[in-house]
Amino acid sequence: MPHDSSDSPKVDIQNLQFYYGDSQALKDITLQFHTNRVTALIGPSGCGKSTLLRCINRMNDLIPNTRVQGRLLYGGRNIYDASVDVVTLRRYIGMVFQKPNPFPKTIFENIAYGLRVNGVKNRNTIAEHVEKALQRAALWDEVKDRLHESALGLSGGQQQRLCIARALAVQPDVLLMDEPASALDPIATQKIEELIHELKELYTIIIVTHNMQQAARVSDETAFFYLGRLIEVDATDTLFTRPKLKQTSDYITGRFG
Amino acid sequence: MTSRDNPTEHESIDAAAPEAPVGGTGAESLSFRSDPSTGLRKRRLIQGLWFWLFRSAAAVNGLALAVILYFLVSRGWRAVNWTFLTQAPRESMTQGGILPCIVGTACLGLGAILIALPIGVASAVYLHEYARPGRVIRIIRIGISNLAGVPSVVFGLFGLAFFVVYLRMGVSILAGALTLGAMTLPVIIGAAEEALRSVPATYREASLGLGATKWQTIYRVVLPAAMPGILTGAILGMSRAAGETAPIMFTAAVFYTPSMPSSIFDEIMALPYHIYVLATAGTEIEATRHLQYGTALVLIVLVLGLNLLAIIFRARLQEKH
Repeated sequence: MPHDSSDSPKVDIQNLQFYYGDSQALKDITLQFHTNRVTALIGPSGCGKSTLLRCINRMNDLIPNTRVQGRLLYGGRNIYDASVDVVTLRRYIGMVFQKPNPFPKTIFENIAYGLRVNGVKNRNTIAEHVEKALQRAALWDEVKDRLHESALGLSGGQQQRLCIARALAVQPDVLLMDEPASALDPIATQKIEELIHELKELYTIIIVTHNMQQAARVSDETAFFYLGRLIEVDATDTLFTRPKLKQTSDYITGRFG
Repeated sequence: MTSRDNPTEHESIDAAAPEAPVGGTGAESLSFRSDPSTGLRKRRLIQGLWFWLFRSAAAVNGLALAVILYFLVSRGWRAVNWTFLTQAPRESMTQGGILPCIVGTACLGLGAILIALPIGVASAVYLHEYARPGRVIRIIRIGISNLAGVPSVVFGLFGLAFFVVYLRMGVSILAGALTLGAMTLPVIIGAAEEALRSVPATYREASLGLGATKWQTIYRVVLPAAMPGILTGAILGMSRAAGETAPIMFTAAVFYTPSMPSSIFDEIMALPYHIYVLATAGTEIEATRHLQYGTALVLIVLVLGLNLLAIIFRARLQEKH
């Protein structure tokens, strides 16, 4: 599996187990995500890919009766260690959700939200960061004249780019994307995919997708999951053309899924 | 003509045609055929009967309100005029107006909401956003629903014993507002919890995902989104508090006070209590009959007006989402 020989992985998952109550959703996951790469998590419904994604920024903490074992290292520390402040963690590991979920506020206030909750008060600083985030999300030109209109008036694709901008505004390190284009039409989807290409220069991106062609288009590395286990992980080209395991090639060729 | 005569005729969806047998063309179907046409007609008839019953039940609602309004308006409209609404009563209540009652009811309604709203919203936020399912939360909920079931006269006695006597507030706006506030609390908690529940979980997730704390999420996203629903509940709660008699009988309201209230420790007159006293214990029951109806009319207009405000408010924010 190719990776920069100089860097250690940005996110390093070691023997992770995850339980919803008594049922084990993730079984012994060991996986690394490398800096400034896009890694796609693919697999049939219920295979645990979204669960794994939500472990990385500890969003699963919100669900009662869940348990984690194993280690998930970021910045050299196990994020499930008791000494880690989950609120700060989520600043550095941002998330974009499947269905666009802008707040019922203005476009400007949506982007500024992350800045405000993290203590930024200076109006000029906020305005600068809002503009920068919207430009990075390829949305600035479309909304620059209506920053103070409600975000709910945007189209689905625009709302999703708004959510991406909102996540970028707090200057994260890693961006988690949970099927970001599944609720969007093909043109909006294409815009999001182009955006991901640009964003990986600055961020490390982990994307869950149901759409194998999207994974092939967008990612550098792909990890295939099935029933809570990591089956195979490789460079995207290799995984899709010369998969090592029959199960992987069956899924990719559509024999099940 | 049943489809038996036309073996290749397909199932007909024509409403007037006899019901086609279930399961394909006439040639294939076998055992589902009793007489299909009366089966359908009978089912439609029964359905019509039930719907008529439901419609009548709904109509009774409107009818009841219409009858009450007609009754009050026809007997009370003569009493209601500008003088009535803007002056104090004179000559043992047989002349003059009910201004102090209107003012008193307004003070009590407002006071009740000022007390019940903060406590109610805070309780709802705790119950919905913070509390873990378990014994504690169940006990609190039992407490709230029991509070909602306490008869209003019992609230009045409680208010008398606790606020008026024990805490020495005396018969006052404060004691009355506190008593009414306690009574309105379950209503506010219910409305606030429903409003909080209607805020999509994705808002909370998005906020937490950006590195906000739970409290920041509640304060910056959840509460503002829930506020219209909470305010609607507050208006409805206020309208209920304004119409109550028993809780204020012993705690705030008096039959007559010569001047307008100047502090929260003053006793006041109030619309519902005024009606009660005029109709039962006043010195001129018959002579003031039209005033009683007039007062009742003013009270019901006030209550209906507040309810209408709440309904309009709720409709406006439903179309926004």
